[in-house]
Amino acid sequence: MNKTVNQKAWFFVIPVVVLVAFNAVIPLMTVVNYSVQETFGNNEFFWSGLDWFKQILHSDRFHQALRRQLIFTFTILAIEIPLGIAIALTMPRKGPWVSVCLVLMALPLLIPWNVVGAMWNIFALPKIGFMGHVLNSMGFDFNFTRQPGDAWFTLILMDVWHWTSLVVLLAYAGLVSIPDAYYQAARIDGAKPFAIFRYIQLPKMKRVLTIAVLLRLMDSFMIYTEPFVLTGGGPGNSTTLLSIDLVKIALGQFDLGPAAAMSLIYFLIVLLLSWLFYTLMMRGEEE
Amino acid sequence: MTKRTNWIVPTFYIFFLMLPIYWLINMSFKTTNEILGAFTLWPQEFTFDNYIKIFTDPTWYTGYLNSLTYVGLNTVISVSVALPAAYAFSRYRFLGDKHLFFWLLTNRMAPPAVFALPFFQLYSAFNLFDTHIAVALAHCLFNIPLAVWILEGFMSGVPKELDETAYIDGYSFSRFFVKIFIPTIAAGIGVAAFFCFMFSWVELLLAKTLTSVAAKPIAAVMTRTASTSGYELGLLAAAGTLTIVPGAFVIYFVRNYIAKGFAMGRV
Repeated sequence: MNKTVNQKAWFFVIPVVVLVAFNAVIPLMTVVNYSVQETFGNNEFFWSGLDWFKQILHSDRFHQALRRQLIFTFTILAIEIPLGIAIALTMPRKGPWVSVCLVLMALPLLIPWNVVGAMWNIFALPKIGFMGHVLNSMGFDFNFTRQPGDAWFTLILMDVWHWTSLVVLLAYAGLVSIPDAYYQAARIDGAKPFAIFRYIQLPKMKRVLTIAVLLRLMDSFMIYTEPFVLTGGGPGNSTTLLSIDLVKIALGQFDLGPAAAMSLIYFLIVLLLSWLFYTLMMRGEEE
Repeated sequence: MTKRTNWIVPTFYIFFLMLPIYWLINMSFKTTNEILGAFTLWPQEFTFDNYIKIFTDPTWYTGYLNSLTYVGLNTVISVSVALPAAYAFSRYRFLGDKHLFFWLLTNRMAPPAVFALPFFQLYSAFNLFDTHIAVALAHCLFNIPLAVWILEGFMSGVPKELDETAYIDGYSFSRFFVKIFIPTIAAGIGVAAFFCFMFSWVELLLAKTLTSVAAKPIAAVMTRTASTSGYELGLLAAAGTLTIVPGAFVIYFVRNYIAKGFAMGRV
């Protein structure tokens, strides 16, 4: 759309800027403040420069949390995106079942995150949970509170359960926007189902899929409540993702300096990733 | 992929989605003895005790009221400030518009864990700690950017000719905006409100950090119960089941726009 240049449009944006800045800029400055100071309690602070940043960047603990975070994020993306597309492709396009599918699929998205964690905890418990009981009676030695592998399996399954629907809904929105004429033309040309998918459906879904990847990438980096309630980061530290580690340092040990430095590093990583995707998406929109 | 067998995939997926939810509901009707004693697919001694406890104990039901209060406040604030801003982004070019839009989006992407401690200090300094409005304002951090993003998508789908025709017909800007433009994008507003509701309803970390007694959200009541009063799984399951109800209720209202809404109006 052709937009007119109008500097007065700023007045429309001011309320948003004020509210968001209040919530974003002040806390962020507080974090920056803590990240360059050392404290011994009693509200006395000393300048410590970039020491905390160096300490965090060189600590094994941070490296391990970051590695777990990356493994988690890329695993769930590799599962949720193709699965979501497959489900969207097989969903009905017309008729009464559409609403039923959409409402039921959207349900996991509306459940408070700690309830998701609690629900999966109850569901996966070795003796009394459905999944734990079934797996154990099938001969698997499944116990997600003791074995790191099982904890990871449960964690990934929970995230797939929780968020695949988001990908489905986005892909579905892209699919229903394709006019019937495209399919008719493809049928006249004798296109195979895969060709239809590759050259008609996939390009049309490109934009919504970018949004899907973007949202899943960001949100999986922020994930805190569900794994915290499910496993508490355990057993040991095996499922301690970045945010869990951060909260442990900040609110558990009250180490303000390292926690603040870690917050900033963490935030910068997320920011870099989102900037990359935002640029890609905007380029896609201009085409 | 043949057409006739297509229904199998969504059916299996929905079955997979419903299984943990069924288990939660199943547990909520069991007695603690039964839960811990034996593995049963449905309640053998059907009981409403867990629900009765929740509806009669003030610490439980005020939790629900607190949550609904700040979620409602947040939805109203977010959508009403996002409306003019989204209009500006969709219709005009102005100094720094792209950077501003990106800055807004970065806040949607800020991990709440980063902000937990500074938020506590900020809202305490303003004497807002443990009030509904504090949580409502804090959730604006990620809900306003989201609302702007969604509304901008929907507004960009409305041709500019609509605005121009209205001005030719002698409408002032404010009359045009309220009488013509808002009804035109009513679906978009509904969807934006739905998303604000959803993200405010499911978030716990900030809500828990900013409250202690008076505005304690239901989710926080649940975590405390889980950790202090032993292992009352039935009660926990009943409370969890009840938190699904408002969500299911709002989904039903926006069911026809839900797919378009998740695509932020950009299809």
